[in-house]
Amino acid sequence: MHEHNQHEIVSILSPFILLLPFITGLIIYFLAIIISHKKQRPWPIYRTLYWMIGISFAMIAVVGPLAERSHVDFSAHMLTHLFLGMFAPLLMVLAAPMTLILRALSIQHAKLLTDWLKSRFIRFISDPAIASILNIGGLWLLYTTNLYAAMHESLIWNVIIHLHIFLAGYLFTLSMIYIEPTPHRKSYLYRSIMIVLALAGHGILAKYLYANPPVTVSIHEGEIGSIIMYYGGDLVDMMIMIILCWQWYKETRPRISAKVGDLHT
Amino acid sequence: MIKNNTNYFKRNLWSGILFGLGLVAFIDETIFHQLLNWHHFYDKSTTKIGLISDGLFHAFSWFATIASLFWFADLRRRKELMISKWWGGVLLGGGAFQLYDGIIQHKLMRIHQIRYVDNVIIYDLVWNIIALLMIVVGLFMIKKRGDKHA
Repeated sequence: MHEHNQHEIVSILSPFILLLPFITGLIIYFLAIIISHKKQRPWPIYRTLYWMIGISFAMIAVVGPLAERSHVDFSAHMLTHLFLGMFAPLLMVLAAPMTLILRALSIQHAKLLTDWLKSRFIRFISDPAIASILNIGGLWLLYTTNLYAAMHESLIWNVIIHLHIFLAGYLFTLSMIYIEPTPHRKSYLYRSIMIVLALAGHGILAKYLYANPPVTVSIHEGEIGSIIMYYGGDLVDMMIMIILCWQWYKETRPRISAKVGDLHT
Repeated sequence: MIKNNTNYFKRNLWSGILFGLGLVAFIDETIFHQLLNWHHFYDKSTTKIGLISDGLFHAFSWFATIASLFWFADLRRRKELMISKWWGGVLLGGGAFQLYDGIIQHKLMRIHQIRYVDNVIIYDLVWNIIALLMIVVGLFMIKKRGDKHA
């Protein structure tokens, strides 16, 4: 009985807590657009759309019918994970929120923000290797330990895990494709290697879960969830890879004095 | 100038090889896994090393397909595309991957079989002979003289 109550508290309270950061994000983004317009610097509509669709994906993952099902059904859980940890972050990175906020802020405040972005801490966590470990390593911990069971029993774990999935996904995307001003840039080759390793880690975990789902999950649900994870990961990482290669391609455009520029540099 | 030519020759070759590898992996995934349902997503006899190899190759082939096409576009805009060398690379890369998949991944690592039937050996033979043919034709196309720019 006690366990049952805990379960209910988690499924009622966690959506409210998790909605908060996304609603705040939406409000801040729109406020920044208004301020930017007042400064005679209009903001592109397509970026605004990316932000709205991205936030919607995140919200679908934490509140509503799909989120409710995800508490009992592993394949639904995997879908919410895909929305919260991959689709939403990719769209929200493409929305370039940091660029928008820097435009809206006063010069002094913008300076503070860029100083923070240049800090060693940000340099450390935005390294593609570290971001991949936080992202994929977090998933390994979640699905191969009893953290997955704890997520359904404890409100705090539930909130922490969901926030981690989103933030790690966002950081991961940010570390691979440079849409915003990026002080600590890494080479294309390095980022390419890291995204291949990260996708491999994701795929291996997905197939591992096919045969060894978390304890509370039935074999059948485990199999479907695993397949969703495997191909979903492929799909989103494919989009990140295309953007990465496209940026690489544009940057290595040959100059008129056709020097043997190299894709590797 | 000669140095430039060998440089571009190598790039044509590698772009082709990577694309061939990605293409074969893609055909494997769509036709044999998804459409025919011959291959299994996961086979209970898969070894640990097989799982890791499959994950790495899958991720790499995914990236290789995309990157090699951008590379192809790069060669075209530089007017350095050697189309027959590129196709030779495609056959070589595709054949090499198919041979690796057919012998190491299917047989030694036992990721999954080509098809779950009695005489799977026939399927294995056809699979690997096609791979060898691709490698031979690919090498022939690469070695052949006269690399006309497309």
